[in-house]
Amino acid sequence: MTETKDNIIVVKDLYKFFGDVKALNGVNLEVGRGSVVVVIGPSGSGKSTMLRCINWLEKPTSGEIWIDGKLMTSAPKQLNETRAEIGMVFQLFNLFPHLTAMENVTLAQKVVRGRSKEEAKEIAMQQLERVGIPEKADAYPRKLSGGQQQRVAIARSLAMNPKIMLFDEPTSALDPEMIKEVLDVMLDLASEGMTMVCVSHEMGFTRSAADEIIFMDEGLIVEHTTPDGLFNNPQHDRTKLFLSQILQH
Amino acid sequence: MADKPLIPTGPLEIEDGGISFSKRLNEFPWWFVAIILIAIWVFLIIFTKEFLFNISSEFTNVLNADQVTEQLQAEFAANDITLSSNAKITIKDADKKWEIEDGRTNYFIYAEDQSLEVFSWGEYGQAFDFIKIGLKVTIQTALTAYGFALILGLIAGLGRLSSNMFFNNLARLYVELIRGIPILVLIFFIALVGVPAVVDGLNAFGVWLSDKGVAPLAAVFTAFNNQNISMNARAIVALSVTYGAYLAEIFRAGIQSIEHGQMEAARSLGMSYPQAMLHIILPQAVRNVLPALGNDFVAMVKDSSLVSVLAVRDITQVSRLYAGSTFRFREAYVTLATMYLTMTVLLSLLVQALERRLRSND
Ligand SMILES: Nc1ncnc2c1ncn2[C@@H]1O[C@H](COP(=O)(O)OP(=O)(O)O)[C@@H](O)[C@H]1O
Ligand SMILES: [Mg+2]
Repeated sequence: MTETKDNIIVVKDLYKFFGDVKALNGVNLEVGRGSVVVVIGPSGSGKSTMLRCINWLEKPTSGEIWIDGKLMTSAPKQLNETRAEIGMVFQLFNLFPHLTAMENVTLAQKVVRGRSKEEAKEIAMQQLERVGIPEKADAYPRKLSGGQQQRVAIARSLAMNPKIMLFDEPTSALDPEMIKEVLDVMLDLASEGMTMVCVSHEMGFTRSAADEIIFMDEGLIVEHTTPDGLFNNPQHDRTKLFLSQILQH
Repeated sequence: MADKPLIPTGPLEIEDGGISFSKRLNEFPWWFVAIILIAIWVFLIIFTKEFLFNISSEFTNVLNADQVTEQLQAEFAANDITLSSNAKITIKDADKKWEIEDGRTNYFIYAEDQSLEVFSWGEYGQAFDFIKIGLKVTIQTALTAYGFALILGLIAGLGRLSSNMFFNNLARLYVELIRGIPILVLIFFIALVGVPAVVDGLNAFGVWLSDKGVAPLAAVFTAFNNQNISMNARAIVALSVTYGAYLAEIFRAGIQSIEHGQMEAARSLGMSYPQAMLHIILPQAVRNVLPALGNDFVAMVKDSSLVSVLAVRDITQVSRLYAGSTFRFREAYVTLATMYLTMTVLLSLLVQALERRLRSND
């Protein structure tokens, strides 16, 4: 095995088929500890599937995923332990609607991490402050705006002290005026050295936060480059076409 | 509820305040008012007392002293009523109101200007008085069976969603088997075939255990005896097993109504499947299906009348006994029907109130 200590995520020859649909066609990826990788690509190119395979929400058809030097398998105990180390932020937030913001952030801490009620609350409050909405601790998700819900969702993941954060289009379901509040939280996280893999087409965020950029198309990583390389010197025609399409807006 | 989008879609909708009078008239639940009126009317009949005869006001002191004197007995005998000497007199209001309890018959005596008037329950009242002894069994059977059915239903509902093919098919077999057989047949079958078979099985297992030398544990299994398992208990088993299959479908639908993203979010935080079910999915699912569960409880209260075929003395069975021994079919069954109607209407109202509360909480 060749993975070096610095690569906290290693994806090898990852294939994922849904029946006849080949969502991933042999993806190889290494993510260094503390680096921020932004994934872009047209709709249906397999970005979400790759992210979801990394924490095994989708079981790969074949291939290997190594998280912090450990091979992911379906063994339930190891799976739960590894997932607790990987925060995931969804496009539609997926907050638990029957729980308050505070309860959303404390539940997994207690159930998975075995923290006491007081400790979980304290950590939850720190995280809610970090994402800027401590005053909404007792509010139910339905009383929160989209941007606030997404920030609670981020706090919920962060409270588990993950080593990795995965973001799947975290701002694409938000009204434009709320996008910035979520991106600001993500920028802070990036500057604090969190390892992040973000599917996002927010080019401002990409420019200022990304260490690396991946362009995916048809289940493959077509281009793996830096923000500079992407904006000033894209290699592939498909990348150029895609960039011209999204930068038009 | 669950079908509400998480993301606010637009400005708050303001409810139309000006519903037209004719529309309100159309939507008024006349049928419900009719049911209430019928129930009130029947209960008025049931609780109306029947005038029997007058006795002299000289008996006031006798009654106040709680004594069944020979004179009093003679007075009753003159009106073709035998009053036993150990009948019990209760003073409801000294000098004015008394009640005499003679075996299963009650007499009510009220002081009038010149005399005392003796009443008894009317024929409907007597029927009710007799039938109400079955209420306890009906309520006990329905409540206990529903409790077990909830547990069975939850397990089978989870089984129907399990990715483990064995449990999945087992749950499916259970649900489809039960739903394909009429309840009346199931009650006969489970009470008279299923329960004895299981008991025999347990006994055989106990014997096998004691052969293996595990005597204390074996005693637990050989202790079951078909003769000791009352028909009431069998009726409860039969109703539980039957309704478990119906509730399983409700639980399954409730769990499936929760967006997949909820399970994914829970699992992505490191929760196991059971943890996610317990903390995230079930609380939301149960909330969504509470009205449906309530409706099935109402249905079970009605279906509990079927256990009368096992000679369990619920209100139906007691009514049959009453009608059979007195030939007062009309009184017996009017009273019985009204009792069920009252229970189901009250329970339905409760379910509706619960539903409204859940909706306003959203
Ligand atoms: N659960 C699924 N079942 C069937 N097909 C799926 C499923 N998830 C994704 N796909 C298919 O896999 C392909 C890649 O999807 P996805 O990873 O969601 O793309 P992206 O996130 O880049 O838009 C698409 O063709 C999509 O239709
Ligand atoms: Mg996607």
